[in-house]
Amino acid sequence: MPENNTPTVKLVINGASHVISIDVRSTLLEVLRERLGLSGTKKGCDHGLCGACTVSVNGERVLSCLTLAVAITGSEVLTIEGIADGDRLDELQQAFLDHDAFQCGYCTPGQISSAHAMLREHARGDISTATFEGDRDEVISGPACLSGKEIRERMAGNICRCGAYANIVAAITSVAEKRPS
Amino acid sequence: MKTFQFQHVTTVDDAIDAVTRSGGKYYAGGTNLLDLMKGGVEAPPALVDIGRLNLQSITATEAGGVLIEAGATNSAVANHPLIRAQYPVLSQAILSGATTQLRNMATVGGNLLQRTRCPYFMDTAFESCNKRAPGSGCAARTRFNREHAVLGASADCVAVHPSDMAVALSILDASVHVRGPDGARSIPIADFFALPGDTPQRDNTLLPFELIVGIELPPSSYAAHSWYLKVRDRHSYAFALVSVAAGLDIRDGIVQDAAIALGGVAAKPWRVREAEDSLIGRQPQRNVFRTAAELAMAGAQPLSQNGFKVDLGRHSVVRALTVAAAR
Repeated sequence: MPENNTPTVKLVINGASHVISIDVRSTLLEVLRERLGLSGTKKGCDHGLCGACTVSVNGERVLSCLTLAVAITGSEVLTIEGIADGDRLDELQQAFLDHDAFQCGYCTPGQISSAHAMLREHARGDISTATFEGDRDEVISGPACLSGKEIRERMAGNICRCGAYANIVAAITSVAEKRPS
Repeated sequence: MKTFQFQHVTTVDDAIDAVTRSGGKYYAGGTNLLDLMKGGVEAPPALVDIGRLNLQSITATEAGGVLIEAGATNSAVANHPLIRAQYPVLSQAILSGATTQLRNMATVGGNLLQRTRCPYFMDTAFESCNKRAPGSGCAARTRFNREHAVLGASADCVAVHPSDMAVALSILDASVHVRGPDGARSIPIADFFALPGDTPQRDNTLLPFELIVGIELPPSSYAAHSWYLKVRDRHSYAFALVSVAAGLDIRDGIVQDAAIALGGVAAKPWRVREAEDSLIGRQPQRNVFRTAAELAMAGAQPLSQNGFKVDLGRHSVVRALTVAAAR
C-alpha cells in the first residue's frame, strides 16, 4: 500500500473546520497548540498523567496528549477557547474567577474543560466509584446531587501542583448546585 | 517516536488482513500503546485503526448474560444500565481505574491488553527487562519491587497486570471472543493471561494477529452481594497495590456460591478455588472469611520490598467479603 507519513486530517474545532496535512505522529495536543495556534490547552506531562491537556472530542472529555490526530479525523473538538461565547464567559469560567480557583493558571484550562464535561456526565446519570459508597439505589439511577466526594473523584484526572483544589471544588459546586438534580 | 503507517479500516476482516500484511498493531483508544510508543518501548511499523469497526454494543444475550463488544469504551461499559444492575462489581472495578478522560478513550479490549506498569519495563533507560527485551534480566527482582508480584512470578519476571476490570471479569467467569487469520475462538478469562514462566514477553495467550472482538458474561448470581476493593497509595488515580473482587450468592443466611479474585499481586487476576469452596455452605462471618483469605494468599512469595502485600491481601479479602455480604 502507498506509504503515507503525512496524512490529511479533518477536524472541526470549536465549530470551525480545518483540513490539514500533518505528521502521522502528531497528537491532537500538538495540532491544537503548534499547528493551529490554540494554545489554551496545555502540555503538562505528555503522558496522560496530569489532565492539563483535557479537551472534548465528539462530546466526551479526553486527553489530547494521548490522542493521535489522524485517528480522530472527521471528529468535533471543543477546547477551552470554545467554552466562552465570544466575550461572555461560561458560568463555570465565571465561578473559577469568583472562587479564586487557580494560582499559576497552567492546569486551569484543563480543569474547566474537564469540569464542563463532568457536569454533563452527571446530568445524564453517569456514576463514579464514590457512588458505590452511598445509597445502593444511586448506583442504578446516578447520584441526585454532586457531593464534594463525587466532584473530587470525577475530577481526579486533573492535577494542580499549586494546590488550588479546595477552591476548584467550591467553584464547581457552586455551578452544580444551580443545576436541577 | 518512530514513524509508522496509519491505516483506517471498516471491517474486522480488513483489520486482520492489514496487521498481517504490515506486521503492525491494532489501535483503538491508544492510551497505553501511544504512551509506550512515546517512550520507545513499542515501535510498530504500522497502526491499524480499529475504532471505526462499529464494535461498541452492549447487549443482553439469550442465555441471560451480556455481550460487550470489544470497542466499547470503559466509560460506556461502567455506566451501562445492564452492567450497573446485573454486574455492579464490573462497573465499580472499571470506575476505580484511571480517570474519566482515560476511561472515555480506552476500550475494553485495550484494557485487557494494557502492559505492566513496572518502571523497568516502561523506561528503556533500564536495560534489564526480560518482558521488553528477553534475556536481558529482571532488575525488579533485586531492586525496586514494592509494586510487584507475590504470586505466580518466575525467576525471569515479577511484574503484575494492572487492570482492575480484569479482576472483576475473573469472578464473573467472562469469555474473551477473538478473531484471527485462522478463524474465531473463545478464551475463558482464566486462560487469557499468561504467567511469566520463562516467556515473560507474552502477557496473554492470544495468537499473532488475533483481534479481541467481544467479552461475554454469563448470568451472575453475585449482583446483590459483590464488591471491588482497591488499596492504593492515593485515594484515586493510582494503580492497585492490592485489589479484591468478591462475589457472594447468599440465600437463607448461607453462602451458596462465592468467587474471590485478587489484583495487584500477580501477572493475572488471582483466583484460588479452595478459598472460594471454603465459603460454600457457611455463614458469611468474619472467621469464615479469614479462612478463605488465608487460602487465597497461600503460597505467596514476597520480594525484598513487597512483603506487606501478603497481610494486606489477606485483610483486603476479609474486608471485601464483609462489605459484599453487607450490601
